Amino acid sequence: MITLIILSALGILTLFAQVLRFRKGLFPVILVGLAAAFYFTSADWNSNPQAWFSSMLDFNHYAIAFSRSIIIIAFLWFMMARNYFLQETSATDHFALVIFSLVGAVSMVSYNNLTMLFLGIEILSLSAYVLAASDKGNILSNEAGFKYFLMGSFATGFLLFGITLIYGVSGSFDLHVIQQSVGTHQQPTMVLIGILLLLVGLCFKASLVPFHFWAPDVYDGAPTPVTAYMATVVKTAAFGAFFRLFYTCFPDLVSQWSNVLWWIVVLTLFIANITAVRQNSVKRMLAYSSIAHAGYLAIAIVSMNGAASGRAILYYTLTYSISTITAFTVLYIVARNSGREDFGAFEGLAKTNPFLSFVIVVSMLSLAGIPPTAGFFGKYYIFQNAIATHNTGLVLLAVLAALIGVFYYFRVIIAVYFKPEQSNIPVAIGGLHQTVLFITTLLTILLGIFPDWVLQWI
Amino acid sequence: MQTAILILIPFIAALAQLFVPRKYGKRFAISASLLAFVVCLVTFIQFPVSGDYQYVTDVPWIASLGIHFKVGMDGISMLLVLLTTFLVPLIILSVVQSETRTPVFYSLILFMEMALIGVFVSLDGFLFYIFWELALIPIYFICLLWGGEHKVRVTLKFFIYTLAGSLFMLVALVYLYLHTASYTFEIGELYKAGRSLDAPTQGILFLFFFLAFGIKMPVFPLHTWQPDTYTEAPTQGTMLLSGIMLKMGIYGVIRWMLPMLPLALQQYGDYAMWLAVIGVIYASIIAITRSDIKRLIAYSSIAHVGLIAAGVFAGNAIGVQGGIIQMLSHGINVVGLFFIVDIIQRRTNTRKIGSLGGIRQQAPFFATAFIILTLGAVALPLTDGFVGEFLLINGIYIYKPAMAVVAGFTIILGAVYMLRTYQRTTLGETSVESEKFFDLTPNEKAVLIPLLILVIVIGIWPNIFLKVSEPAVTKLLSGN
Repeated sequence: MITLIILSALGILTLFAQVLRFRKGLFPVILVGLAAAFYFTSADWNSNPQAWFSSMLDFNHYAIAFSRSIIIIAFLWFMMARNYFLQETSATDHFALVIFSLVGAVSMVSYNNLTMLFLGIEILSLSAYVLAASDKGNILSNEAGFKYFLMGSFATGFLLFGITLIYGVSGSFDLHVIQQSVGTHQQPTMVLIGILLLLVGLCFKASLVPFHFWAPDVYDGAPTPVTAYMATVVKTAAFGAFFRLFYTCFPDLVSQWSNVLWWIVVLTLFIANITAVRQNSVKRMLAYSSIAHAGYLAIAIVSMNGAASGRAILYYTLTYSISTITAFTVLYIVARNSGREDFGAFEGLAKTNPFLSFVIVVSMLSLAGIPPTAGFFGKYYIFQNAIATHNTGLVLLAVLAALIGVFYYFRVIIAVYFKPEQSNIPVAIGGLHQTVLFITTLLTILLGIFPDWVLQWI
Repeated sequence: MQTAILILIPFIAALAQLFVPRKYGKRFAISASLLAFVVCLVTFIQFPVSGDYQYVTDVPWIASLGIHFKVGMDGISMLLVLLTTFLVPLIILSVVQSETRTPVFYSLILFMEMALIGVFVSLDGFLFYIFWELALIPIYFICLLWGGEHKVRVTLKFFIYTLAGSLFMLVALVYLYLHTASYTFEIGELYKAGRSLDAPTQGILFLFFFLAFGIKMPVFPLHTWQPDTYTEAPTQGTMLLSGIMLKMGIYGVIRWMLPMLPLALQQYGDYAMWLAVIGVIYASIIAITRSDIKRLIAYSSIAHVGLIAAGVFAGNAIGVQGGIIQMLSHGINVVGLFFIVDIIQRRTNTRKIGSLGGIRQQAPFFATAFIILTLGAVALPLTDGFVGEFLLINGIYIYKPAMAVVAGFTIILGAVYMLRTYQRTTLGETSVESEKFFDLTPNEKAVLIPLLILVIVIGIWPNIFLKVSEPAVTKLLSGN
């Protein structure tokens, strides 16, 4: 609970910073605030009571673990995005929006009531719509914001309709009441339709095929730091919410909804991976890669293996986000330097900046799932849970998809070591970017070797 | 303890290498790898006659999943670690001064050495998989950064091929893990889990493991990545790939498939052996028709490995022992031969057999080294190749005489392409390209002499090595 209070206070403070002409010193305050939120969230571990506001929110260990993960990712993201936003006049507004969206993200992983889920998603999404359109002079950014808003509202409609139908059957928004009422007796069709609609709504948010059409354009059009935010924090929160709902409410009906999700996963894995191979823009490739990773994450939901699946999603979202922040930071630096976002912009990076080339290689290896990076263990753990629940066929398909993934991740690696046609200008990086890249790369390797550090959180 | 130290030395050296000034890069790498070799040699001399794992280190690693960092060596592992630590210093030494190699290059080789040793000593399924994959990353970058003209396409094919195989193995390992009594990757428990499965399930696991190991070796028809990769890789990369890395595949069969999936072996071992034997003949015939020496030796490597695979899949002690000794000999011969090719290419700028000839007049010492390695490769008695091939064919004969007859052709065909290569390049009229050929430099002698000595030593006293692995092989095949 204290996480929400600290984050809200921090958001309001950030909003006032503009009025109080406090822009320069704001950034350290945000980092300190996030660190405090992290510390007090961890301290909440043994607190009593866990449930707040008539059980609207339940800060159980799952919620605390995901909140910590979200705060870590946000912390790294702020370090990455600071320079970009401080170049604009309205940096404080945007920072405030991000912090408020974190409030939504934390609600999404700690709700115990469907209305709270809806509120969390809306708080998160509304901020994200504005952020996507934050590059006001750029028509693509405007398009991204508008498209994201339209599609997102549409998805929320599905979600609300699903909530209504479930409420109609169980007479409650409370997850545990719903679980008892839908799990005990013969299922009316209304429940199944309700679950299906919830699934559609959440798949929109998590950008799973065939509900992914907004994602490439939005990711491509939004400013790179904002894209990084959507691919990391938003995705983590979406999957935190997704799993929490299906794990708490509908575990007894798993045979009913897992068939649908099975097909969604297979479509996502193959369509996203194959489309990513065909991209020429690295940013667009990363957008499709983010959809593909949503596919791997959804395997953990299909193969519902109790708390272990939740642990797998926690580990995967955290490590995937860390590697993705590395990738987007390097993309941002390279694109700013050369003015291009295609694979060619990365050529010769090994000569012009060995440090950047090393971190992008580690990040790509992690996203491709090659040991000893964290991306490997994330996939491994999800596959293990899937095999344990007799989904070996799905794992074999996912393995094939992962092999396709190697093609496009390695295109970046090959470009980095490729001699460019004309000699490039040396790429300079600021101290803050250097720090964030150092931390993310170190974490990618260390968490890959010692996954227990994260697995113990739940 | 020694086992863990053997992994740590190259690992620490690989990291330290990055901070060594460029000038001393090669010297540092040689010293570090020699240190590993000395430690390994001392361990080898003290190695007790026993089939149990020695020098075991067992530390919980990912405790929540029952994954341990468990390493140790029995006789089989010992010999392969010895081969690795022996070859790596020579491979590093084979870099000539005129080639510019950054510290990263040596660092990658040392990193690779760590991973290879790790593969040979892992006693935990998960750890084994991690080392198995770790070995792939440095060799990929060695080939990508220092390879030939078509390196990008060829190395990517190689990477995806081998990764595909290993991912199937990972699925199989997880499946076995989920069938252990207490969710552990400990090798003995995995053996038990594997043997408790029914024949059809074992058959599927057999297929998955076979894909991983068969691609690595490579066995026909999974070999298509190999000739291109060997040809495009820099010499040191080719040596690492052919000398040590392909042994990972055979070692995997011995360590993981034979004791774990006996029912499947009875059922499908036959198919695996036929594939291997077909590969022997197929690769030998292609080798005869090649004019590029590097490619020729690449194909000869497929033939030799095919024979080893057939002998190992025969599943009897003689075949497996032959496989182990032949892994050592093949490692030594093939590294020597690829170095010979490298010398020829550097001196004459060609690898075409047709453009060479009469090198012996210019370079007698080189010619002597070449003939000894050639004779080792064609399995002349008193050279290392003979012991291995004899035992292997003997092992195959015990399993199925008809197959041994077919596999035996490898010796005849091998003699055809190897001796012909030697004759056309080294004997006869001196060609234009060979005119400026000068004899071996001290550096090149330092690489070749240890190899030549071992060709003879293994040929005459194979028992030094066979007796170390014998108790381990007996224990492995008895299913304990």
